[in-house]
Amino acid sequence: MLQYTLTRLSHMIFVMFGISLISFFFIHLSGDPVGLMLPPDATKAQVEELRQELGFNDPLPEQYLRFVTRAIRGDFGRSIYSHEPVVAMIKDRLPASLELAVAAMIISLLVAIPVGVFSAVKRGSLLDTGSMFLALFGLSMPHFWLGIMMILLFSVRWGWLPTSGRGGIEHLIMPALALGLSLMAMFARLTRSVMLEVLSLDYIRTARAKGLLEAVVVGKHALKNALIPLVTVAGLQFGFLLGGTVIIETVFAWPGLGRLVVKAILDRDYPVVQASVLMMAVIFVAVNFVVDLLYAYLDPQITYRREKA
Amino acid sequence: MIRAMDRLRLRLPRLDRFLETLGDLARHRSAAIGGSMMAAIILTSLVFPLFYSVDPVANDLLVRFLPPVWLEGGSWEHLLGTDNIGRDVLARILHGSRISLLVGVSTVLVAATAGVLLGLVAGYFGGRLDDVIMRVGDVFLAYPFMLLTISVIAVLGPSIFNLILVLALSDWVTYARTVRGSVLSVKQAEFVQAARAIGTSRAVIIWRHVLPNILSPVLVLGTVRTANYIIWESGLSFLGMGVPPPTPTWGRMLAEGRVYLIDSWWLATIPGVAIMLTILAINLFGDGLRDALDPRLKPTSG
Repeated sequence: MLQYTLTRLSHMIFVMFGISLISFFFIHLSGDPVGLMLPPDATKAQVEELRQELGFNDPLPEQYLRFVTRAIRGDFGRSIYSHEPVVAMIKDRLPASLELAVAAMIISLLVAIPVGVFSAVKRGSLLDTGSMFLALFGLSMPHFWLGIMMILLFSVRWGWLPTSGRGGIEHLIMPALALGLSLMAMFARLTRSVMLEVLSLDYIRTARAKGLLEAVVVGKHALKNALIPLVTVAGLQFGFLLGGTVIIETVFAWPGLGRLVVKAILDRDYPVVQASVLMMAVIFVAVNFVVDLLYAYLDPQITYRREKA
Repeated sequence: MIRAMDRLRLRLPRLDRFLETLGDLARHRSAAIGGSMMAAIILTSLVFPLFYSVDPVANDLLVRFLPPVWLEGGSWEHLLGTDNIGRDVLARILHGSRISLLVGVSTVLVAATAGVLLGLVAGYFGGRLDDVIMRVGDVFLAYPFMLLTISVIAVLGPSIFNLILVLALSDWVTYARTVRGSVLSVKQAEFVQAARAIGTSRAVIIWRHVLPNILSPVLVLGTVRTANYIIWESGLSFLGMGVPPPTPTWGRMLAEGRVYLIDSWWLATIPGVAIMLTILAINLFGDGLRDALDPRLKPTSG
């Protein structure tokens, strides 16, 4: 277990290194940000002075090293435009995005697991066919369009929910649902297929033969094992969910990291972009690290050496 | 001569299997429905100019915000109505379908080719090479892909080519991981061991023995991912980072229509329906394809 944890940790560090490298070199791919920081009528000498000041004249490896050592200390510099410290900007926005992502994850799991279990147990029933059909629709809807349609119905037509912004639970419902629906559909399908597989195994037959209540067999014996792949996929999806907030935050004017970073990319506000990308990647990697360990803990069949993928 | 016959004999079972798969697909309800929908959508996007030649960018300020024909005030001249500057929505939807399909299909070709190649190399050769490829893959997997695409587009500028490139760049790892997994198990199969024992070269083993046996999961994956690429393309267009104007795309129609949601709700609704139907068709077909190609999921079992 220790060996396994250490291997995963070393992978994690490598991934973070790669991501920091990519986000660092983006700056140099896309031309000189110094030109953007100064008014168009700035003199050559002014440009040169700022370049010197910001360290853009140093060799690249040196600049990268400085970037990393600062980043580790939590110093990402200041926004090129607002001159606010980047860390403060992210601290402002990140909770909103996390709130959205976590809400979407919770809603989707809360609906998907019971639906998936019932569909598997009542295989071929109207409930099964109906919910799997709906799930297919859920998978096929772009979430930003779903968001717009929800605004159209629930806000514009019926006036039940606010169209945008962050506040109480009424603000959260639509964006979280829009973001989580395809996930809900995916989890429901996954739960169903895993449950079908598990329910056909011998130990379930044994449990039934012992005369256990069907509810106990399904709810306790079968579901427990079916949850294992679900945990892995949920972990992986959480990272994508965070990325998905980029568009849905635009639709609902949600004051989160996604909107901040889209604006920063368009403005070429590199310190903000770098820090946000690193932040999202850290969360993705950390969540998956925890999931990997959880997975090894949940499934005693896993041998820690096997894991190489 | 003998060689040619050998080849033929080797090919036959594969042809059989192909026909059997086709049969399975035709019998599979969702595959049949999804397949027909897909065929209809693709065919329409190819031949519509023969029947509907309205210019998708020609504006007519006298007929702005015309509703679709079935609503009050609709006109037979513009079946799906007109947008904020009087462009024909149906023409834009039809032209937009070409962009969506083009991006979807090209991306899957590029991403799958790269992913299959790298996955084959990683799985077959193992060792250092495997480590490097998979670790780099991890980086791409953890990099928030939406931000990667937006950043790359912001740097390179929006164009169809860049869009395909960047979507493929962020998704090759999905294929590489699947392929690597399959290669690891195929590598141990007796027929591969046998081929190696009689001294067949690596290239031939990979090309003739390993590759054919790992293609079905790639086929299923590619189908399902194509749906994603189309959604991503529309999402990027929605943010204004997709195919640049004046080319009509579904995503941009959605973004433009969103502004007029209160008075002209159909402008944002129609392109969304077009996206959804296309994705639904692909997903239905993908489900059927998976069932047909995966013997474990045949209706007889479980």
